[in-house]
Amino acid sequence: MSEEVVLLDFWPSPFGMRMRIALAEKGIKYESKEEDLRNKSDLLLQMNPIHQKIPVLIHNGKPVCESLIQVQYIDEVWHHKSPLLPSDPYQRAIARFWADFADKKMSDLGRKIWATKGEEQANAKKEFIESLKLLEGELGDKPYFGGENLGYVDVVFVPFYSWFYAYEMCGDFSIDAECPKLMAWAKRCLEKESVSESLPDQEKVYGFVLQMKKAFGIE
Amino acid sequence: MAKSDVKVLGSWPSPYAMRPRIALNIKSVDYEYVEERVWEGKTELLLQSNPVHKKIPVLIHGDNPICESLNIVQYIDETWSSGPSILPSDPYEGAIARFWAAYLDEKWFPSIKSIAIAQGEDARKAAIAQVEEGLALLEEAFGKCSKGKPFFGGDQIGFLDIAFGSFLGWLRVTEKFNGMKLLSEAKTPALVNWADRFCSDAAVKDVMPDTEKLAEFGKMVIAKIRGAGAEIH
Repeated sequence: MSEEVVLLDFWPSPFGMRMRIALAEKGIKYESKEEDLRNKSDLLLQMNPIHQKIPVLIHNGKPVCESLIQVQYIDEVWHHKSPLLPSDPYQRAIARFWADFADKKMSDLGRKIWATKGEEQANAKKEFIESLKLLEGELGDKPYFGGENLGYVDVVFVPFYSWFYAYEMCGDFSIDAECPKLMAWAKRCLEKESVSESLPDQEKVYGFVLQMKKAFGIE
Repeated sequence: MAKSDVKVLGSWPSPYAMRPRIALNIKSVDYEYVEERVWEGKTELLLQSNPVHKKIPVLIHGDNPICESLNIVQYIDETWSSGPSILPSDPYEGAIARFWAAYLDEKWFPSIKSIAIAQGEDARKAAIAQVEEGLALLEEAFGKCSKGKPFFGGDQIGFLDIAFGSFLGWLRVTEKFNGMKLLSEAKTPALVNWADRFCSDAAVKDVMPDTEKLAEFGKMVIAKIRGAGAEIH
């Protein structure tokens, strides 16, 4: 059966990276279309009229929006290969909980670290490290959050690693010093082709963040 | 399964706390409901079962706590799989249901709350317009999801019905406080009928808070947010 899969994406987006990793893990062939977010394509506006955001997954012409929903969707459709969510309902609930936690904390706090200064930035850094430590606790001694293999939480969380260098530079702190286990986990993920091919170079992301700061008039 | 094996920690005014209870009712699962008066303080049980967020609802199944209302609903659906299905079986329909549930939680309900705390008439009108825009989108979504059937989930209450229906209490309170209809025959006829069906459903009736009682509670909350001295009865 021929499946047509298109991903509307933007290279520095951690949300887009999740889909790149998930599609690669499942061995799904797809067409990637890079969006210029200052000049959104008609296709993007048509496929995601409410949020007008990437990534958008278009499967046989039908759009699926929101990266967490997209990852769950492809895990259900292509369930026979590399399952991302466990089969036990309680383990699934735990995975969804931590994926939501990582998603909300990293998005919100990460942005505050690069886009703010002074007390707001200091508070964000503190909460950021606290959140990472909670995630480290959840990882425990497992090689991945998913156990022996990459799972849902790994796919949702690891893209933010490509932004860590930018956060460190903007926030003048070391994530490695505070959370060495998590950094070891991230490097382990990067040994997988699905992850290394999906995450941009950290320096490149930092360059992008500097551009954004300039564009928004943030020092 | 013994009643005490399934506990829900909730709070009667919380729309989120309604969700697991509706789901358990759909599955005909007996459970013990524990009222947490979170505005007065948090119990040891709550802090132990949800140490990360310290929020209700929490479902405690045996020794296992499950947190986050929509996460709990999915867990209930997967665990008691012999009962009526809550999530659609088709992955695409499931993705659509999850999309709208996320929209409701992240965009729409916050816009309801902003009506209550809007300062000045212009801000209030703008907040109302936002809510109405969202309802127009949901009216359209209802047409697509229900395909002529009574609920978003089809013949029976499903995931999106639960996600949206749990906000009806506060929607009605907002209508009351602002002397207007947000759901109306003129603009959202399908949703008006859906709302009546949802609220009278056996799985929902006993869990939906009384609008008057909720309005009184709402006044207290708004006063607190505004920093004005609140009369707490």
